[in-house]
Amino acid sequence: MSDYVRITKVTENNYDTKTLEFECEDSARPGQFYMIWCPGMEEIPMSISKVDGKTRSISVKRIGPDTEHIHSLKEGDVLGLRGPYGNGYDLSPGRKYLIIGGGIGTASIMPAVEASGCDTIIGARSERDIVLKDRAEKAAKNVWYSTDDGSFGFHGNAVQLFREKQAENHYDCVIACGPEVMLFFLYKACEELGVDCQLSLERHMKCGAGVCGCCVMDGQRVCKDGPVFTKSQIAQLKDFGVQKRDECGRIVKFRKG
Amino acid sequence: MSALKTAVGNVVLEKPGMVASGIMDETGASMVRMLQSGAGAVVSKSIGMEPKAGHLNPCFTEVTGGLVNAMGLPGPGIELFREEMEEATPYGNIVGSVAGGNADEFVKLAVKMEEYKACAVELNLSCPHAKGHGMELGTDPELVKSIVSAVKGAVKIPVWVKLTPNTHILPQIALAAQDGGADAIVAINTLKAMVISPEFGKPFLSNKFGGLSGPAVKPVGVRAIYDLYNVVSIPLVGVGGISNWRDAAEYIMAGAQAFQIGSAVLTDGPEVFSKVNQDLEQFMKDYGYGSIKDMVGVAHE
Repeated sequence: MSDYVRITKVTENNYDTKTLEFECEDSARPGQFYMIWCPGMEEIPMSISKVDGKTRSISVKRIGPDTEHIHSLKEGDVLGLRGPYGNGYDLSPGRKYLIIGGGIGTASIMPAVEASGCDTIIGARSERDIVLKDRAEKAAKNVWYSTDDGSFGFHGNAVQLFREKQAENHYDCVIACGPEVMLFFLYKACEELGVDCQLSLERHMKCGAGVCGCCVMDGQRVCKDGPVFTKSQIAQLKDFGVQKRDECGRIVKFRKG
Repeated sequence: MSALKTAVGNVVLEKPGMVASGIMDETGASMVRMLQSGAGAVVSKSIGMEPKAGHLNPCFTEVTGGLVNAMGLPGPGIELFREEMEEATPYGNIVGSVAGGNADEFVKLAVKMEEYKACAVELNLSCPHAKGHGMELGTDPELVKSIVSAVKGAVKIPVWVKLTPNTHILPQIALAAQDGGADAIVAINTLKAMVISPEFGKPFLSNKFGGLSGPAVKPVGVRAIYDLYNVVSIPLVGVGGISNWRDAAEYIMAGAQAFQIGSAVLTDGPEVFSKVNQDLEQFMKDYGYGSIKDMVGVAHE
């Protein structure tokens, strides 16, 4: 489904991230994404960072020309979107969840935090890289932070902090989005500790809707079968943490270590 | 499932539905998945000489009745595609789709696909949105004949030719392919199409135009197969807008020995193949068709 919406609000989250709000009558669920486009940029997938009635948002970290273009948009500007696409997180009641956002991956988990109020960890490189802190604190029972440089909260990475909190609180399932290296070690920790998990993954996308096959990991379409994969699904993904495909479909190995 | 068994020339298919080129077929693992979903064969992504990124996003959008895409033939190039083919071919029939810019390139690509154990090669002479490729070559009967005969002279595996509906001389082109020695005709590719965003006053696709596929094009494809059945004597493969047993039966009754499914994977998932197989078999049982062969071309009788 494609739609064109007017931006109703732009919030500067920090030095490199902005949140754009708009209204949309769709069935968006936490963990889904839109393909975002306007003239002058390539269409790119963006996690939905708010699902509140008809209000939706995307939270965009400036990393290249397309995100730069999105940052130049103002309230009242038009945004093209396709979606919502992807499966989203499964927040079935009766389980104790811990939700983890790493860096801008926090955008993807925030609707899940707001829908569930579950305990949350936000990990970032440094204090200035933490985003959506206020919303997390308003919604979640507990919010803990980790920074690589120790400038805020736990000094270390989100996976180390997860191990601590898991020992204290015995969660049934971890929900997370963040850099693949974080998710890789988080998955290893979940395996080791016998905790279930749902991880939101990312690959180069074209159609976004499950036909072209450009974003596949071992035959699984990240855009349609994912982007959220369960622990048992991830166990079958040989590409996870190891390699991805570029826009030509060539294999690109992740750097070791 | 023996009633569903069919053949396109000497390519025997246990099930008549194949994955159309461009759908979940750029990697070995995804082709394996599609074979395991009940496809009788997978036609690979159209592979060219060099790695190619294709057109920039947006290159795809859903429209009423289907979808419009201008992927622009992205792919890793024929050398790197070897490992994808090696991963997939042990699991079933892989038809190697190739997109060259001239006869010489088509020959080189087809020879590689044969080496990679493709059960047949499908020449993409019909993509409507890749400059210097596809339908830019496939709407000239002389060129079609020369490309097909060059490829035929270089490989032993069957040579299928996928044609475009974006021409008024489809029968002449099909005849040219047959004269060149083609073993089968695959029709149709997408219809040249365009989507404009009124809010921005601009074309939506980065390439401006693309190709329409999905349910909307099915009657166009059925008509093409019906016409071609009267014109050529080589086997036909029907493709365009098939998403259920009815659509498949229409193509077969128009004259196709087998069919391909693409866009329906969007709406129905990879499971579409097992569903179509099952429902088609039920229809055949209910209406007294003992084999696919019994149904081929019956609409002409």
